Amino acid sequence: MDFLNFFKKKDSTASKNVAKDRLKLVLVHDRVNCSSQILEMLKTDIIKVISNYMEIDEEELDIQITQTQSDDNMGTVPVLYANIPIKSMRKVNQD
Amino acid sequence: MSEVIVITSGKGGVGKTTTSANIGCGLALTGKKVALVDADIGLRNLDVVMGLENRIVYDLVDVVEGNCRLKQALIKDKRYNSLFLLPAAQTRDKDAVSPEQMQKLCENLKEEEFDYIIIDCPAGIEQGFKNAIAGADRAIVITTPEVSAVRDADRIIGLLEASGLNDPTLVLNRLRVDMVKRGDMMSIDDVTEILAIEILGVVPDDESIVVAANKGEPAVTDPESFAGQAYRNIVKRIQGEDVPIMRFEKDAGLFNKLFKNMFRR
Repeated sequence: MDFLNFFKKKDSTASKNVAKDRLKLVLVHDRVNCSSQILEMLKTDIIKVISNYMEIDEEELDIQITQTQSDDNMGTVPVLYANIPIKSMRKVNQD
Repeated sequence: MSEVIVITSGKGGVGKTTTSANIGCGLALTGKKVALVDADIGLRNLDVVMGLENRIVYDLVDVVEGNCRLKQALIKDKRYNSLFLLPAAQTRDKDAVSPEQMQKLCENLKEEEFDYIIIDCPAGIEQGFKNAIAGADRAIVITTPEVSAVRDADRIIGLLEASGLNDPTLVLNRLRVDMVKRGDMMSIDDVTEILAIEILGVVPDDESIVVAANKGEPAVTDPESFAGQAYRNIVKRIQGEDVPIMRFEKDAGLFNKLFKNMFRR
């Protein structure tokens, strides 16, 4: 029985690991306190600004709040993750 | 020096009232003068958990509104003579009291030379929560190893710190060692990793808590109770003693020994 448990513990599908992963993700959003409306507004603004310089694929655009390890080892910090596929550069007046 | 400690959790039903009763009673058992304040106006329960429900004449709202003196409303627990309860009003709602009034109440309790003033906070993050934490010097957050309770605890920690109650400590309640071993319940380390706060104590899921509440005698007074032992350790840590956390899952602590004995029989 103990032998079986030994393997079970390492199992990433053990329900406590599922709980931990789900909690961590939920807490990132809770802690940032950023509503989905604000995220949507941010997305629109980012598109607006970037579109001045390049043509982007708005369908494939992915913006989300997630977390990353902080530099000073203080655990994880929230980050804004944006994946914006570029179709082509626009000609920009540089003067 | 008296200290006001608020017991809070965000989520309901994780054991705030039970913990308040046990910590208050445990501190009184060590000879400290303790006031237990039930801040859950409209849903009072600390009185029944303490077995003092038949002795209520005045309540917290009566004191705040000046219908009686503070001393008249404080119920002296005859079993432990340094323990007093200030019950919540049952027929009023949470708006009957303001944070400023709670602050004043805590100051008045401090003048009565209590060593510890333990405030049982209502569930939620609204008015009742704001009232309960208004006069507190430090906070203890209660959670169970469940996603909902841990999530709410995280929110409460954020709100406490935003109100200047920095460095709250955590009590992990209703831990089931067998489930942790199976990987079906988050462990002490899992919860502290997620919440990133100092742990004050771990209370095992224990039938004696239910029996104690049935009788109106907190488990901390029962030398046979595991949960009672956990609460006695918490009481020592509150007073600055360095007592190691019971690691039920690792060493052959009391819990495991009993488990083994059960199988032998």
